[in-house]
Amino acid sequence: MNGLTAPRPLRPLLRAEGATMRFGGVTAVDAVDFTLDEVELRCLIGPNGAGKSTFFKMLTGQLTPSAGRIRFRDADITGAHPHEIARLGVGIKTQVPNVFNGLSVRENVFIAGGRRKSLARTKRFVDETLERLRLTAIAGRMVGQLAHGQRQWVEIATVLAQEPELILLDEPAAGMTHEEVHRTAELIREINRTHAVIVVEHDMPFIRMIAKTVTVFNQGRILMQDEVGRVLADQRVRDVYLGKQAA
Amino acid sequence: MIPTTARSGTIAGPAGFLAVVACGLALLFGAPHVTESFGLVQMTGFAALAMFALSQGFVWGYGGIMSFGQAAFLGLGGYAYAVSVINLGDSTLPVLIAIAVPMLFAAALGYFMFFGRISDAYVGVITLTVSVILFQLFNTTSGSQYRIGQAELGGFNGIPAIPVINRIGEPGEQLDIEGLWAVAMSALILVYVLLRAILASRLGRVIVAIRENETRAQLIGYDPRLYKLLAFTISAGIAGLAGCLYANWGGFISPTVFGLSMSAQVIIYVLVGGLGTLIGPMLGAVLIQSLIIAAGTQSMVDSNLGLGLVLVGFVLLVPEGLVPVARRLVVGAAERFTARKRATPGAEPAAANPALAEGGGR
Repeated sequence: MNGLTAPRPLRPLLRAEGATMRFGGVTAVDAVDFTLDEVELRCLIGPNGAGKSTFFKMLTGQLTPSAGRIRFRDADITGAHPHEIARLGVGIKTQVPNVFNGLSVRENVFIAGGRRKSLARTKRFVDETLERLRLTAIAGRMVGQLAHGQRQWVEIATVLAQEPELILLDEPAAGMTHEEVHRTAELIREINRTHAVIVVEHDMPFIRMIAKTVTVFNQGRILMQDEVGRVLADQRVRDVYLGKQAA
Repeated sequence: MIPTTARSGTIAGPAGFLAVVACGLALLFGAPHVTESFGLVQMTGFAALAMFALSQGFVWGYGGIMSFGQAAFLGLGGYAYAVSVINLGDSTLPVLIAIAVPMLFAAALGYFMFFGRISDAYVGVITLTVSVILFQLFNTTSGSQYRIGQAELGGFNGIPAIPVINRIGEPGEQLDIEGLWAVAMSALILVYVLLRAILASRLGRVIVAIRENETRAQLIGYDPRLYKLLAFTISAGIAGLAGCLYANWGGFISPTVFGLSMSAQVIIYVLVGGLGTLIGPMLGAVLIQSLIIAAGTQSMVDSNLGLGLVLVGFVLLVPEGLVPVARRLVVGAAERFTARKRATPGAEPAAANPALAEGGGR
């Protein structure tokens, strides 16, 4: 736990240098330099197609960068397989829920939490995780039959059960009710006490609830990066993003 | 109405497992008392094919791998047994060889398919093609120059007079009809128990999870290529053992075991019995083989045409297969029964589980 007085760590948790992703003639992510410290909470915002989800896919190994390097602590993870990056301690809730639809809620969490653990420990740990996310009541239900918001929670539970160091959340509040959004914000703040978190979100009230530092993506580049109040007040950000949404 | 929950899977769990094992044991010990040798021989063949169906049901239904050339492993197992038992005399080692050879072959083939990132559809095409290549290859082995040790492969005619399994360590003591039945049926029960154990283990859970969502499995740290390779290799070993029993049952083996109809038949067993179950493929095998035998005794309809009609009928009318439908009927009846029982003493069956009621409304 680094207090405010603690010196800034010398080595960042995550560092992308010139990360570029080209699809044919389209450059979705264009030479992005990005740094995240240990136990930091960062929000990524930007209009549709700005390259946020593509950037996440590069961080998790689902896409191999066309150029540039990505480092997680001491490890160069550029072009590594998704399962290798996951084992280093990166967990992601994807934009479209990626869950095991044909399995129960408990089985979903069990599979995520069961790697490298004894059976008894896994069971205890799965129960704790279900309790923490208030999924205990629906633990026996098939995930494919749940509502969208509940499936989001199941996916967040699987990500937490994996015990990652860095958690990427791609639109965690999408499709949730007002009350669920509040709970999600609360949960993210709680997770952030011990974990680094990057959140991609479009919901501005939600961003205001959780954000400290915000990075704005536009057309594959970082437009600006600053404290949340200054970012949301910035005219350029309003032009590319907030202005459009308000219109 | 209470929605179907994942609990229906667990109801079929321990109780269904014990019921299947009990039925298997009853058949194993009971069949010799009620049927003549002819019936016992026929049932031995069914047991071999049911095991073959289990291998397909596992790799396809649980692993989600479209292995459409499962006959390749059946044939390799059969030939491996035949060749090694002719050379070695004692059958103990050849049975193990019949399991090992297809597994090694599948491990090599699977390595290139899964680690080479071949897409699902092409895995189907490649496995099918490999079985056809083996069929052609073994067809061209006629003549005395094609021999492995003392065993002539015999081309299209295959290998006749394969020695039957003997008592362990006593090559002279070959099993009689009843003995072979006992071995085949015990082996089938053991393979079923083994597969249930695998599916209950972490390995099995991950295999099923990868079938459900490969991306998610990767993102939580499992390497899908490795688990698919394991599932593929395990199923090849089971098909190999089935091939060994098949060769024992017929006393001979020919390249037709590699044929397209063999691969197609096993797919039909699984579809008719129920994809995603283990008991289904076994029942499907027995049912379809019985139909084929019955169709062979009449000359009104071509038996292949009949089989095709049965398949089309099932795909249109009972696409899930027999066992899932039967299971749902049983579970539904049980739930209605317990719901009625609960409704009489207490008045809060719906409120007892608000999550269910809530989910049902959405």
